[in-house]
Amino acid sequence: MQSTILKTATNYLLPLLLMFSIFILLRGHYESGGGFVGGLIASIAFVLHSFAYGLESTKVLLKFPPLRFIPVGLLISFSAGIMPMFLGKPFMTGLWAENKLPVLGLVGSALLFDIGVFIVVIGVTLTILFTISESVSSE
Amino acid sequence: MILAVLAGFIAAFLLAFLGKFFKGRLSVLLGLLPLSIFNYFLYFFPYITEGKQLTFSYNWIPSLGINLDFRLDGLSMLFVMLITGIGALVFFYASAYLQGHKYLDRFYAYLSLFMGSMLGLVLADNILLIFVFWELTSVSSFFLIGFNNDNAESRKSALMAFAITGCGGFFLLASFVLIGSTADTYSIDSMRLATDLLKAEPGKYLTILVFLFIGAFSKSAQFPFHFWLPGAMKAPTPISAYLHSATMVKAGVYLLARFTPILGNHIYWNTTLACVGGFTMIYAAFHSIFRKDMKSILAYSTISALGICVFLLGLGTSHAMVALAAFLLVHGLYKAGLFLITGIVDHETGTRDIDKLGGLRKWFPLVAVAGLLAALSNAGVPLTFGFIGKDLIYEATLHMFGNLSYVLTGLAVLTNIFLLYAGFNTGIKPFIGAIPENLAKVSHHETLSPLLWLPPLLLGGTGIFFGVLPYIPDTLLISHAARSIYGTGIDAPLKIWHGFNLTLMLSAGTLVAGLLLFLRFQPKAMSAATEYWSHKISPHGLTEWIGVQTRLLAYNYTRIMQNGYLRTYVLTIAVFLTVLIGYRFFTTVDLRVNTSNFTDIRLFEFVSFAIMVIAIMMAVLTNSRLTAIVSISIIGYTICLIFVYYGAPDLAMTQFTIDTLTVVLFVLVLFRLPQYLNEANWKIKIRDGFISLTFGTLISLITLQALISPANKQISRFYADNAYLLAKGKNVVNVILVDFRGADTMVEIMVLTIAALGVYSLLKLNAKPTDKD
Repeated sequence: MQSTILKTATNYLLPLLLMFSIFILLRGHYESGGGFVGGLIASIAFVLHSFAYGLESTKVLLKFPPLRFIPVGLLISFSAGIMPMFLGKPFMTGLWAENKLPVLGLVGSALLFDIGVFIVVIGVTLTILFTISESVSSE
Repeated sequence: MILAVLAGFIAAFLLAFLGKFFKGRLSVLLGLLPLSIFNYFLYFFPYITEGKQLTFSYNWIPSLGINLDFRLDGLSMLFVMLITGIGALVFFYASAYLQGHKYLDRFYAYLSLFMGSMLGLVLADNILLIFVFWELTSVSSFFLIGFNNDNAESRKSALMAFAITGCGGFFLLASFVLIGSTADTYSIDSMRLATDLLKAEPGKYLTILVFLFIGAFSKSAQFPFHFWLPGAMKAPTPISAYLHSATMVKAGVYLLARFTPILGNHIYWNTTLACVGGFTMIYAAFHSIFRKDMKSILAYSTISALGICVFLLGLGTSHAMVALAAFLLVHGLYKAGLFLITGIVDHETGTRDIDKLGGLRKWFPLVAVAGLLAALSNAGVPLTFGFIGKDLIYEATLHMFGNLSYVLTGLAVLTNIFLLYAGFNTGIKPFIGAIPENLAKVSHHETLSPLLWLPPLLLGGTGIFFGVLPYIPDTLLISHAARSIYGTGIDAPLKIWHGFNLTLMLSAGTLVAGLLLFLRFQPKAMSAATEYWSHKISPHGLTEWIGVQTRLLAYNYTRIMQNGYLRTYVLTIAVFLTVLIGYRFFTTVDLRVNTSNFTDIRLFEFVSFAIMVIAIMMAVLTNSRLTAIVSISIIGYTICLIFVYYGAPDLAMTQFTIDTLTVVLFVLVLFRLPQYLNEANWKIKIRDGFISLTFGTLISLITLQALISPANKQISRFYADNAYLLAKGKNVVNVILVDFRGADTMVEIMVLTIAALGVYSLLKLNAKPTDKD
């Protein structure tokens, strides 16, 4: 399926959707959103790209196989969880920076945790979809 | 202290990484581990001989009342000495016995694991801790029995042993929980004060006893759970020597001894133990004289010896406790020795059949000496430690009241005669006479490694040493161990010479009768039919039958319930839920529908509803799978709209993206799905329609019911109130996900990972075999 309209639209939609997903991820603590939904939206962006340009070019775009995203995300989330233990607090205690940052607002370990979730969700969704789509097309 | 207990575990863990260095000759060095623990515990002897007990406490899970509490008293000390002392010899011995085995590192890892668990078991003061170590000994025993994992018999025996001891473990846990909740403490030390509390309710006391006994008997191979032990002899001989004669099987005896001051001295306790122990000792001893395989003989005589231990515990007198403590030591020394000798014979000649063996003293004179010493100690010849052990047993039975004492003494004498026969058969018979023709051709080492012959010789020598100077083991170990079991001090020093009395006559009689039996008796082999039937109705055969039936049941269950068709899974889940919830719902809930709180239906709600109904009809009626998928996604999106109306934007967003991805997934696999079933026969249609309608109706009813039930708002209010205060977030849903219940989310992303890995491995890694089809 090769469609010029879809390709052109994807060229604009992909960065927009990715930015939107990051926006959703960051605002999660105060407004609707969060790492999980953000990750799903980012996955949809990549799925759209794979529909327009084919799976192989999406893989090139991603640089790493989606399976590789998962351990990275898990590691980030986990480190956000054990960070407080180095300060003598229980596992998963929320830590917060003293001052607000521009644009981002107050930053804390919860945000780091959410970023991990975000990456895991992208990895999981794309792994499942790409694997299935490859196994279908190979027969 | 904690280091000594955990050393075995640490060693096992390190061996997983450093194993390759210890596969060769360096494996001898691993014997230093039990040896150094042995030496470490020697340091505590002054405290033990003063009659003190040492307590070591480390925090583990204080919130659950489980701490790493260890206590060293006389009984623990006796076991620690057996575990580490015999352990050290077995470690050294195995390094020569299994020289060049490709899994030697694994072997030592399992063995260290076992030693650590066993030490923990006899030192732990908290019964839950005891349970943990108890199970660990079963697990490590499973690995060790199945060590020759390319042998089907070996694997089967390992499973059998694990099944029996594992089942026993379940009962033990039940008993421990009952004991703990009744006594209101999990510490054995403080339980001594609660002994009246535990015996207050006869029903409860009996339940505790039955569960405890099943646990202990299955581990210590008492009738009717004894049959796993001969099977466990499939393990390499050092293992049999260590686990299945000297240490692990005595864990059950240890447990019973440990609980004697707490639960003992009650008619239920004493009668059961005396009967089961008495029956086991005579039954197994009788069996042992018909065996031809050296290991099999030793297995049955070990079961019998364990029976003697349980029997003595059942007698419950102070004499019996001294006899028990002495017998534990005696048995550990000579039985481990006999096993190690059997190992050498097997290793060098390739057979363990006593009919095919003989004259080996010409090849291995030192091993013959060790065998002679062990067999003499087993027989209870004067000046061996076994003589003292046997004397004490007779003393114990003779001190029972009335006519009972004659019966019990007779039983003990008979058992000992059979055991003597078994001991001579393994310790002496292979070494006397001429070397049979077949055997003479077998090539063997001219000189044995000292690692092989020294350990059994040391064990035999110790037996003689203790026999000549009995006050040494008595003052160091036996009297303190007996005091730990009995509760108060016992004034009965071990002596070689008690004067001419009935006990001495009995000992002499046992020796003579046993010798006559050994010289005259030649057991005949059982006929095939008798063997078949006796196996079939024995506990062993019954357990195998249960095992086969269980596997059959599992097979059929899986075939019906997990047949791989998604539609069957959905159907099963729906029917199961409908029946289960429906039953509960209609029998217990007073069904009311209160419409007064309902708001008027607004136009956009009606429109959404109408769209949904149309989409459902489309999905049900269409003949095209694509249309069905699109219709279902329309339903999903409409549900998103409803979430938006009722103020759940997070939910709506997630539902929306998930729905999109689901449609993508469906489209991807569309062409691979089987024939569309809508054309199938009308019976299936009616069945599915009926189930869907019932399920839907039930869910609707539950929802309506939930509306009128008063909701507990406490939890949601807590989150709403504290989201900003505690977690500095305004979006309560997200704050719950990443902060309040962050650990849940952590686990959930792991679940997602597993799902992705599952899909990936199913489709990617399994692709090759399907390609061939």
